[in-house]
Amino acid sequence: MPGTPATDAPPPGDVRAGTLELRGVTKRYGPTLAVDDLSLTVPAGKVCVLIGPSGCGKTTALRMINRLIEPTAGEILIDGTDVRRRPAARLRREIGYVIQQVGLLPHLTVAQNVATVPRLLGWAKARVGPRVDELLALVGLPPGDYARRYPAELSGGQQQRVGLARALAGDPPLMLMDEPFSAVDPITRERLQTDFLRLHRAVPKTVVFVSHDIDEAVKMADVIAVMRAGRLVQFAPPAELLADPADEFVADFVGADRALKGLALTRLEDLDLPPAPTVRRGEAGGDVRDRVASGTLVPIGGAVLATGDDGHPLRWVPVAAIGDRVEATPGRTEPLLSPVTTLRDALSALFEAGASHGVVVDGAGRAVAVADVATIGGGLAAPAEKAGDA
Amino acid sequence: MSPHDVWEAFNDPNLDGPGQLATHVRLSLIALAAATAAGVALGVAAAKLGGRWTAFMVVSVSNLGRTVPTFALMALVVALTSIGERPALAGLVLLGIPPVLLNAYTAVRGVDPAVTDAARGMGFTRLGVLTRVEIPLSLPLVFAGIRISAIQIVATAVLAAAVGAGGLGVLILAGLANSDDAVLLAGAVPTALLAVGTGLVLGLAQWLLTPRGLRPRTTSHTLAPHRTAPRPPEKDTP
Ligand SMILES: Nc1ncnc2c1ncn2[C@@H]1O[C@H](COP(=O)(O)OP(=O)(O)O)[C@@H](O)[C@H]1O
Ligand SMILES: [Mg+2]
Repeated sequence: MPGTPATDAPPPGDVRAGTLELRGVTKRYGPTLAVDDLSLTVPAGKVCVLIGPSGCGKTTALRMINRLIEPTAGEILIDGTDVRRRPAARLRREIGYVIQQVGLLPHLTVAQNVATVPRLLGWAKARVGPRVDELLALVGLPPGDYARRYPAELSGGQQQRVGLARALAGDPPLMLMDEPFSAVDPITRERLQTDFLRLHRAVPKTVVFVSHDIDEAVKMADVIAVMRAGRLVQFAPPAELLADPADEFVADFVGADRALKGLALTRLEDLDLPPAPTVRRGEAGGDVRDRVASGTLVPIGGAVLATGDDGHPLRWVPVAAIGDRVEATPGRTEPLLSPVTTLRDALSALFEAGASHGVVVDGAGRAVAVADVATIGGGLAAPAEKAGDA
Repeated sequence: MSPHDVWEAFNDPNLDGPGQLATHVRLSLIALAAATAAGVALGVAAAKLGGRWTAFMVVSVSNLGRTVPTFALMALVVALTSIGERPALAGLVLLGIPPVLLNAYTAVRGVDPAVTDAARGMGFTRLGVLTRVEIPLSLPLVFAGIRISAIQIVATAVLAAAVGAGGLGVLILAGLANSDDAVLLAGAVPTALLAVGTGLVLGLAQWLLTPRGLRPRTTSHTLAPHRTAPRPPEKDTP
């Protein structure tokens, strides 16, 4: 893919992502300059967060990209092609659009909502059905349970998941998201953010994400665009923004606890975490003791983590208590973390649960690593390094 | 006087109750079809194309239509045209338009802007937003309007007799003129039954036409507030 910087996991070859470029984009409403000479480039597959105080022009800037608003001046290019080259409705079918109020079509089922864009694109029926199921599963809504429900039968967080699935359904190279997680409670928001990041790893679209929340921006962004009164005041990766705010305004906006916010720049996957000492339920006790003796299984505090056949963690079992076979019923109490969880969120989850460590699980829920408070605290050095090479 | 007398009067060949009933139903159906077509077209057009001024006009004209006494309306129509079926129909149509128009206008206006914004953002054309989003979401309320309109038309169609267009009003007028209660009731009872039946049938149609996602639920796992179903601006009873 052209323009994809070599970072993180290599994006799968068949995912579409486009480069977005704004050149001198301006929108005037009478005497008000809602957006004033905005120029920026978002590389393919990257997340750009537009941030700034209310009324600074974020929504206007976003809606000019899919031509819900026409600019007064300037041009917008996707993969080098001016968005005005195509009829607006056609253009929008190739740009995912997610808004705070979600706007699901209330008279259609969840599945029909997700199928909207593929159907507008004229996909064959045989292709739409599997695509809908795939996306619902991807956003964490098992199609068997949710496909036939109506939007009014879902919680706010579930509605926004459907909104996300719907925006991704047509496999658009570009996603526009206007404060998509602002209307839900903090716990749900946190979960949606993490799931979105995980999703973005799997399907790295180019994303323009509007937010007024600096924590969210730091967590989600590859690059942050800070706006003030329609103008771009700083365009930089999160680490650089935190380390070196362009002016007083940005410094104020970022807040005094910049160092602590840096914890949100590092994810658990960036740390060298010890693998989870897992044993399968039903595994022979002798085998477990052999593995411990040979050093291939390193118990934590004398205990190992029993998992089900699917690798999902069940509970910690002291090695000394294992008899002939590993026996375990679900009884885990510490929080489950994701590799993409930021250190800040991980610490907060551990403190909240009163736990000294958490189990890191992969996308399929299999225990892969253990993260404890000390290891996470050790990650504090990371943001500075990152800022250095940014 | 017994129900039997009323039944006799209804079947009296001179009064021709069954024939008047058929005329009554036919006049009502034609008037309702025309009022629905005009009301929906005007209401949707006003909602999509109009601004504040249109909103004011729609509400004022609709309210005017509902406050002018129906008898005066019929008299006016006859004075402006002549006696016969056409003026009767014209009056009934004029009477039937406001509830449909007002409800269609309110329904289309009441569609959640977030829903239409998302629809446009996904790539529906303007026509697509109208036909695939705004109209389906407006159907329940439009049907409520059609129902009100239908009940009013059926009840008011008795006045058609006064302008020589026939209908069950013929029996009512004859009963009044001759102080013959049996004849009066032979016109009034079928009219009342027809109005009640119309209300029930169209109420059922309204329920059936309401997409499942918009129906009020008795058992609900809803956590989010129901944002999209607009409240009817008026009750089902005129
Ligand atoms: N349709 C409009 N007419 C007039 N002014 C507008 C319109 N839309 C937005 N504005 C103005 O443009 C500015 C930017 O608005 P907006 O992009 O919605 O800000 P944000 O999303 O950052 O809160 C605000 O001052 C707003 O009042
Ligand atoms: Mg906004």
